[in-house]
Amino acid sequence: MAGTDPIHQFVIEDIFPIATIGGDGTEGSGLHFAFTNSSLYMVLAVVVITGFLLLASSRRSIVPGRLQLLSEMLYEFIANMLRSSAGTEGMKFFPFVFSLFAFVLVGNLFGMFPYAFTFTSHIIVTFALAMLVISVVFIYGVVRHGFKFFKLFAPAGIPTPILFIVVPIEIVSFLSRPISLSVRLFGNILAGHITLKVFTGFVVTLGAAGFLGWMGAILPLFMGVALTALEFLVAAVQAYVFAVLTSMYLNDAVHPSH
Amino acid sequence: MATPAFAQEAETPSEQNLDTVIDVPHGEPIEGATGHDPAAEQHGTEVGAGEHDTGVFPPFDPATFPSQLLWLAITFAALYLLMSKLALPRVGSIIAERKARLDADLAAADASRQKTDAAIAAYEAALAAAKSKAQGIATETRESIQVELAAKRQAVETDLAGRMSAAESRIAQTKAAALTQVDEIAATTAQTIVAQLVGEVVSPDSVRAAVAKVGKE
Repeated sequence: MAGTDPIHQFVIEDIFPIATIGGDGTEGSGLHFAFTNSSLYMVLAVVVITGFLLLASSRRSIVPGRLQLLSEMLYEFIANMLRSSAGTEGMKFFPFVFSLFAFVLVGNLFGMFPYAFTFTSHIIVTFALAMLVISVVFIYGVVRHGFKFFKLFAPAGIPTPILFIVVPIEIVSFLSRPISLSVRLFGNILAGHITLKVFTGFVVTLGAAGFLGWMGAILPLFMGVALTALEFLVAAVQAYVFAVLTSMYLNDAVHPSH
Repeated sequence: MATPAFAQEAETPSEQNLDTVIDVPHGEPIEGATGHDPAAEQHGTEVGAGEHDTGVFPPFDPATFPSQLLWLAITFAALYLLMSKLALPRVGSIIAERKARLDADLAAADASRQKTDAAIAAYEAALAAAKSKAQGIATETRESIQVELAAKRQAVETDLAGRMSAAESRIAQTKAAALTQVDEIAATTAQTIVAQLVGEVVSPDSVRAAVAKVGKE
């Protein structure tokens, strides 16, 4: 019955181990590195994104074909989004935001293939990406603006007594960004996949129960179809949200004084 | 049926899978792992309940973190490099090229349009100039004709006036000549009448004087 288990799809399995650093030689001790199913889909994502863009731009035609148009739309979409939220100066982060968007989008969409592994359903991946975003924001902000970057926490034009309330709030909100950014993506993808698996699992379980079961399986089947459509939407929307929030956070690094 | 279990989570591996546990890294599906509960699978939404009895939900399993972070770093760095150095400049250059081409074409079209506008303006100016010139010529011609006509008319009128005055003087001469002859006729007639009535011959001079005396009264 593992076929209907909604958690099974998130299990990470080693394809081949690489190394174990530290530990006492027993299983579970030390840092274990391996090429896993998660790694496989990350590599596939890179291959698919790069392959798509290079293939789409290979003809370099003035009047674009369908594929080239799609790649250009993606490019312009992210470029416009970043430009509108972080300004022209923010465009130096364009490859970064584009990579994030493409990586998350393709990772999410891989999850829509049966038997595929969704690496964005793991909190460590989304959290690492979110921490990367916040680190870039913080390091760039401090390098570019020095101490002025910390004006981000003290909005201009606020009376001093209120600053004592506002500054902690701003700091907490800044620190909670990587958490909200990562949990939003992780939670959406995880919950969506579990729900989808539960409903389609009902179909399989009920289907095994004969004719009445088949009749009973109709409703979860429709739910499964509807949820699949919803999950495609969620996959795209969450990638977009991740990229939009990244752009807005980068705006703080580029223009720290609100 | 393969039920993945994580060796490090299985605190007390059963004897039957102990060998496998040692050889196989964690995360590998292990045949015959303990704690398989078919009932739990039916309600598998409970976190971790369906998969293994250790209760570690795969996304929260820290043993998988190093591998995931390692490969995330490798793949994302590779993706970033490929995007920033190769793919995005390519797509961007195509878009920029098209934009440059479009701008150039639009500029050329604009220049052509301006040229057309200039040509139209020049044509219209030439047309207006020709029109005004034609009008000028017409006016000039009319004026010159009028002047000529006036001169001719004046000449004719002068001529006519000269002739008329000549004729008038001739009439006056004729009239005067005729009037002198009337006195002669009157004198002759009066001499004849006197001679007939009185039977006496009167001298022509006295008759003339008498006629002149009567003519003056």
